[in-house]
Amino acid sequence: METSFTPWLSLAGGMMIGASAVLLMATNGRIAGISGLTSRIFARSTDGEARGVSALFVVGLLLAAPIWLLVSGEWPQQWVPSSPALMAVAGLLVGFGATYGNGCTSGHGVCGISRGSMRSIVATATFMAAAFVTVFITRHLIGG
Amino acid sequence: MKQIFALLSGLIFGFGLIVSGMSDPAKVLNFLDVFGTWDPSLAFVMGGAIAVTAPGFALLTRSRARPFFDTEFRIPSRTDLDPKLLTGAVLFGTGWGLGGFCPGPALTALPIMASGTLIFVPFMLAGMWLARHTPDLSLPLSKGATQ
Repeated sequence: METSFTPWLSLAGGMMIGASAVLLMATNGRIAGISGLTSRIFARSTDGEARGVSALFVVGLLLAAPIWLLVSGEWPQQWVPSSPALMAVAGLLVGFGATYGNGCTSGHGVCGISRGSMRSIVATATFMAAAFVTVFITRHLIGG
Repeated sequence: MKQIFALLSGLIFGFGLIVSGMSDPAKVLNFLDVFGTWDPSLAFVMGGAIAVTAPGFALLTRSRARPFFDTEFRIPSRTDLDPKLLTGAVLFGTGWGLGGFCPGPALTALPIMASGTLIFVPFMLAGMWLARHTPDLSLPLSKGATQ
């Protein structure tokens, strides 16, 4: 399925993501890493305050699309793979891998690279490479 | 006050994901499909995000000793490249390439309730829980090596 190239919208959306990361650091002193914030909600080691702040950030994420619907009259456009087995495996890998490797696209890819962290630069290069290879295999070697 | 800003940050993050197209797995998978229906848009998402975050973080940590409503900037200090980091990144990237969702977009897209999202998110949370409770198998080894 083709999607249209949207450089300006993507740049604007990216800058909003950056603004959110700076806002969270400025007010709460925390990295806007989604896998870290989410997994901290149900980790045993988390203290009550960190759990509350993490949960509220995730509530904000969950409210974005419904507010979008209220304002624009329609859900954001999307196409989601529907194979249950594929999405179960994908979800498990994403959740486990991001938490085990201390970060995902936001924590390593945006915040980590912005700090010049070598760990995050290496992690981002690694998960991007794994993702490119995965899509090449599923779309051109198996699915092609 | 910090709670209100945490909520607000999450909301802005979610809007950013929607506006940028990152909450649409079709766009993510096309970004990753360089030899097929390539859509380079997502490079602009990461570029835009870093262009704001990098100077923002630098300005904050240089001009202030602490956040506005908290006691310290919690910035990771580790610099070592451990097997756990790389294993996690490979597994995460593989899952991202399969489903087109990483954690932020999956949570943002959850209320739209596409069938694939409704399966992806519970399994993602289960994966996070598992990783939080999986001991670092490489730790005794690397500790032994440095001592």
